[in-house]
Amino acid sequence: MDLYLPIANLSVNALVIVALGFGVGLLSGMFGVGGGFLTTPLLIVYGIPPTVAAASAASQVTGASVSGVFAHFRRNGVDVQMGAVLVAGGMIGSLAGAWLFAFLQARGQIDTVIAIVYVLLLGSIGGLMLYESVQAIRAARAGKPMRAGKRRHHPLVAALPLRWRFYRSGLYISPLAPLILGFFTGVLTVLLGVGGGFILVPAMIYLLGMGTAVVVGTSLFQILFVTAWATMVHATTTKAVDIVLAALLLLGSVAGAQIGARLALRARPEQLRLALALMVLVVAFRMLLGLAWRPDEIYSVELM
Amino acid sequence: MSRAAALLLAIAAPALLGQAEPAKPVLVPDVSQRDIEIVYSFTGADLLLFGAIVYPGGQAPEPGDKPADVVVVLKGPVQSVLVREKEKVAGIWVNADRMRYRSAPSFYAIASSRPIGELVDARTRAIYELGLDSLQLSPASGAAPAIQARFDSGLVDLRRRNGLYYESPGAVEITGRVLYRARLGIPARVPVGRYTAETFLIRDGRVLAAAVRPIEIRKSGFERFVANAAEHYSVPYGLAAVALSVLLGWAAGALWRRA
Repeated sequence: MDLYLPIANLSVNALVIVALGFGVGLLSGMFGVGGGFLTTPLLIVYGIPPTVAAASAASQVTGASVSGVFAHFRRNGVDVQMGAVLVAGGMIGSLAGAWLFAFLQARGQIDTVIAIVYVLLLGSIGGLMLYESVQAIRAARAGKPMRAGKRRHHPLVAALPLRWRFYRSGLYISPLAPLILGFFTGVLTVLLGVGGGFILVPAMIYLLGMGTAVVVGTSLFQILFVTAWATMVHATTTKAVDIVLAALLLLGSVAGAQIGARLALRARPEQLRLALALMVLVVAFRMLLGLAWRPDEIYSVELM
Repeated sequence: MSRAAALLLAIAAPALLGQAEPAKPVLVPDVSQRDIEIVYSFTGADLLLFGAIVYPGGQAPEPGDKPADVVVVLKGPVQSVLVREKEKVAGIWVNADRMRYRSAPSFYAIASSRPIGELVDARTRAIYELGLDSLQLSPASGAAPAIQARFDSGLVDLRRRNGLYYESPGAVEITGRVLYRARLGIPARVPVGRYTAETFLIRDGRVLAAAVRPIEIRKSGFERFVANAAEHYSVPYGLAAVALSVLLGWAAGALWRRA
């Protein structure tokens, strides 16, 4: 079923896009990530212009995080105060990201930078997750309980001035720390079309030392608002949001996310983390190959 | 029906008027579609370019005479483009050198009754922009000819592989030496705007007659509404996109919880 995308200016097979959204939604429901890190590269591989891909993938992440946020609210799993600080940082960050996007686009280096950032981020986080999940699986096999790491924030966070009490997170830290964290994920959201959950969640646990009960809900809360904001930033600056493409992705992904969330209940968390780590590493490796291999197209054309 | 009648009239007109001067032949071209509307199901268009060659005196040339050839060129609106060339720097492929072109056609298709190289020489090809190696790309920067040529062929090659530029020699069919027809395909990923269908009548390496017909390609209906909204009402458009994603996400959650 061919459908013309009015902003991307090309015709795609609608079923392929819905299926792509469904697959990503399934994974995002299973692993609790937005899935933007998969959507954007896959759309580019399918032939969608990179700018349109990044701009439209953000709205898919918004859709995927909505039901999660509601579910966590019902469980009282969202620290709204912490979330609001993260969102504020994310909004400033996405404006900075839009500026960086325009700057790199003018230099002709946007694609390379996107690929390098993907490789570095996905490579390092995938590696860490792989290590951690293998340790956890080994510990489970040996029948030993995992040594619960002491919950504490990073010394750098403690060094920041001005302290607030975040009751739901059980923290007394400077709001600058989540603000900066939010800022970086905001930059990434605009640049890569990702929600940033795969950075936010580990950073909240290991850098801020937040209680795990509110980590996922609060990160989804930030992702919901920042991806919505990033969609607005793209709509007004790059004008590359294709609402038809977004609708197709959403149709697949919201359904996939619900099914994925149910599948996740049957699996063991450390095995899920291992699977996610491997998947993240595969994407990173594919991107690395793309950088190092001689590309099919040496030339590229940009409209002025 | 009326088009056919007009065609007949055009063929017959010189004869009826009893034209005294043995002028050059005239082309009466037409296209199957003057307006191409892009709607949701648009996957490209197939355009039929056809017409008649009107000889002076209304007389088709004798079978013994040398036959004339027909070339049709379908051209999209010109664009100002920046072509970048990738180079391997420190192990990775990055954009390095670049070249600016003021007027590269966004789409270019040429069909002819015989390969264009056999019809006219390079100079004539350059004048009428006949063939992919004869496009007037008007580079904006004065670079060395070798570099220029490298970028020219890079641009043409890229667009050819995207289906935006192509040559189809032998695609023009001439019937009874007076009627010609050619079918040219337009892919879905062409930009909107004013296209031109040029027809050339060529004999003995000379262009005897030329005629141009405009073709308008535009987005229509919902596609036009969306493109227009994204361009001119970007804030409501962005809000609509956000509202859509929130609504769909929420609806899926609500539906599944009930189920």
